Amino acid sequence: MLEIKNLHVKLEEEDKQILKGVDLTVEAGKVHAIMGPNGSGKSTLSYVLSGREGYEVTEGEATLLGQDILEMEPEERAAAGMFLAFQYPVEIPGVGNMTFMRTAVNAQRKARGEAEMSSADFLKEVRAKAKEMQIDADMLKRPVNVGFSGGEKKRNEILQMAMLAPKLCIMDETDSGLDVDAMKLVANGVNALRAPDRGFLVITHYQRLLDHIQPDVVHIMSDGRIVKTGGPDLALEVEKNGYTDILKENA
Amino acid sequence: MALPEQKQDATHARVSALSLPAEGGWTRAARADALSRLNATGLPAPRDEYWRFTRPADLNAVEPPRAEPMDESDEPPLYEDLPALTVVFRDGVFDADASDELALEGVEISRLGAVQDADIHWAREVYGQLEARGQDPVTRPFAALNTAFATDGILIHATGRAARPINIAYLHEDAASDPILHHVVKVDDSASVTVLETGAVGARFNTVMEADIAGGGTLHHVRSQGRNRERRANTHTFARLGARSVFKSFTLSLNGALTRNEHVVEFQGDDAVAHVAGAAIGDGRIAPMHHDDTVFVTHDAVNCESRQVFKKVLKNGALGVFQGKILVRPGAQKTDGYQISQALLLDGDSQFLAKPELEIYADDVACSHGSTTGAIDDDMLFYLRARGVPERRATDLLVLAFLAETLAEIEDEQIAEALRQRLENWLDRHAD
Ligand SMILES: Nc1ncnc2c1ncn2[C@@H]1O[C@H](COP(=O)(O)OP(=O)(O)O)[C@@H](O)[C@H]1O
Ligand SMILES: [Mg+2]
Repeated sequence: MLEIKNLHVKLEEEDKQILKGVDLTVEAGKVHAIMGPNGSGKSTLSYVLSGREGYEVTEGEATLLGQDILEMEPEERAAAGMFLAFQYPVEIPGVGNMTFMRTAVNAQRKARGEAEMSSADFLKEVRAKAKEMQIDADMLKRPVNVGFSGGEKKRNEILQMAMLAPKLCIMDETDSGLDVDAMKLVANGVNALRAPDRGFLVITHYQRLLDHIQPDVVHIMSDGRIVKTGGPDLALEVEKNGYTDILKENA
Repeated sequence: MALPEQKQDATHARVSALSLPAEGGWTRAARADALSRLNATGLPAPRDEYWRFTRPADLNAVEPPRAEPMDESDEPPLYEDLPALTVVFRDGVFDADASDELALEGVEISRLGAVQDADIHWAREVYGQLEARGQDPVTRPFAALNTAFATDGILIHATGRAARPINIAYLHEDAASDPILHHVVKVDDSASVTVLETGAVGARFNTVMEADIAGGGTLHHVRSQGRNRERRANTHTFARLGARSVFKSFTLSLNGALTRNEHVVEFQGDDAVAHVAGAAIGDGRIAPMHHDDTVFVTHDAVNCESRQVFKKVLKNGALGVFQGKILVRPGAQKTDGYQISQALLLDGDSQFLAKPELEIYADDVACSHGSTTGAIDDDMLFYLRARGVPERRATDLLVLAFLAETLAEIEDEQIAEALRQRLENWLDRHAD
């Protein structure tokens, strides 16, 4: 589903190499987790895949369902099935959450040549899904993420993910700032989306999210590279011993 | 103090080309006073303190610069579904056939152009009076010129709750028209009325509205200045507020080679509220766009609230100006004064010049002002695009979001929505 080969990325503005040859394949139906110390390049990878400006790919390639995504606009990538749950969801004063989601859903449908969703259908669906994420009517009416708590912002990301039904879901530290109940809520939302034709790339610092979202594969990222890949046990090992040993043995 | 010769000459030339109405009726004295005020101050010159950012030449000129009428038939008339009483002025000339009968429950309506018919005492007490008060400490020569030479206007006296809004609908058909209209609104104790002004008044136009709002009265004023690119507009709104009265005024400006909208608000009674707001959007690619809001709010009573919310979206060399002042007189305690002026520049060619001022002579007040100039926020734009919203649409959403705070100042949701739709349509037409 997602194939990344030898991806090298530097900052556009400075001469700073951040990704130094990432190789990664996420298969349909699978959950891959990426763990790694702060500053190792995890967020950068998620931004480069979703098309944020400010980065320059100097080498390598990335394809989603066989399409080269690196030359595509962010909205084209979204329509092709890419979704990033942001580490820091952006507040947009003046744009209603509901309007935003309906605009996004219909823009993607239009880009794919599908019929737009009627207001009534949209409303029905968003209400049902919001309820599952314990997002009340008020949060749907308010401006996007404005005045939301950290946990509410993350739940709002998962709601968008559910509404947009992407092919590849990248989640960047969705667990940070969540208490145990909110984490379960988010995990349930993600687990409900698991499907044979959908892949997940879950970026996290801690094992605890992975207790609720069982990964199939765990990668360790350090200094812009995937330095170790293993099964769910690898996450437990990190939890117990930290990164130091793993990084030493791969140095 | 003698006027500089240049000002004298310019003023003389302009005034000579105009004539006081033969049938001045009860306005005659006010017009004569206004003319002497104008002769004393003279027309503005580029070095005058409040004319540094906006060149007065096109407004001073004896002959108005031509402005071809704009075909706006691709949009349905504004407020189509609103049950308003409509009064039509075609290039400043009252059109009786196109207007509704000037009769409305809760309101007395007459025309300035019909002054010879009756001596309207209530209007005599307002006409030119608020304008004259508004000349100090900052002179407003075009408002004095207006009082002296206005050819017509609507006189609205709200004695109760007006049953419907009154819509002053302007039509611009003559590329050389130069209308001068003067409206007077008086709102009695506990009365209320909504006055709308819609469309471009003429090629070059000068309008004044004087609003005298008595204790407990409410005036809602919503103006939409049309889409004409070549128009030269100069407007003044003077409001005097009695105790517990409410004045809300909103102006939408699309395009315009020169627009100068002045608001002068004076709190005379305690516990009153005045909100003046404006949204302007312009694209300098097809024609120059220059938009100036100049606001002066004087607090001379206790516990009054004033808000100034002005935002401009500028593109391709469009230029925005904001000059806003809050003056708190001695004794005007518990004043709550707020002023925000912001510009969203959609490219590097556009410019916003702001002059926010606070002058406070009371110690127990809460006044704040802020002015910002910014571009579209990259993080917001990326967030929207990452969800699949195309760049063009995402930008438009952010532009509308930026202006939303001004539209929120409009009390009536239906009117606000109609104007929001106008902005959407404008954005659709200026997609590149
Ligand atoms: N826009 C940027 N400007 C400057 N430094 C950046 C930028 N983006 C990332 N970096 C740097 O790149 C490295 C990787 O950052 P990041 O991808 O956020 O790591 P992680 O998500 O693993 O904590 C860090 O050293 C960070 O400071
Ligand atoms: Mg990160």
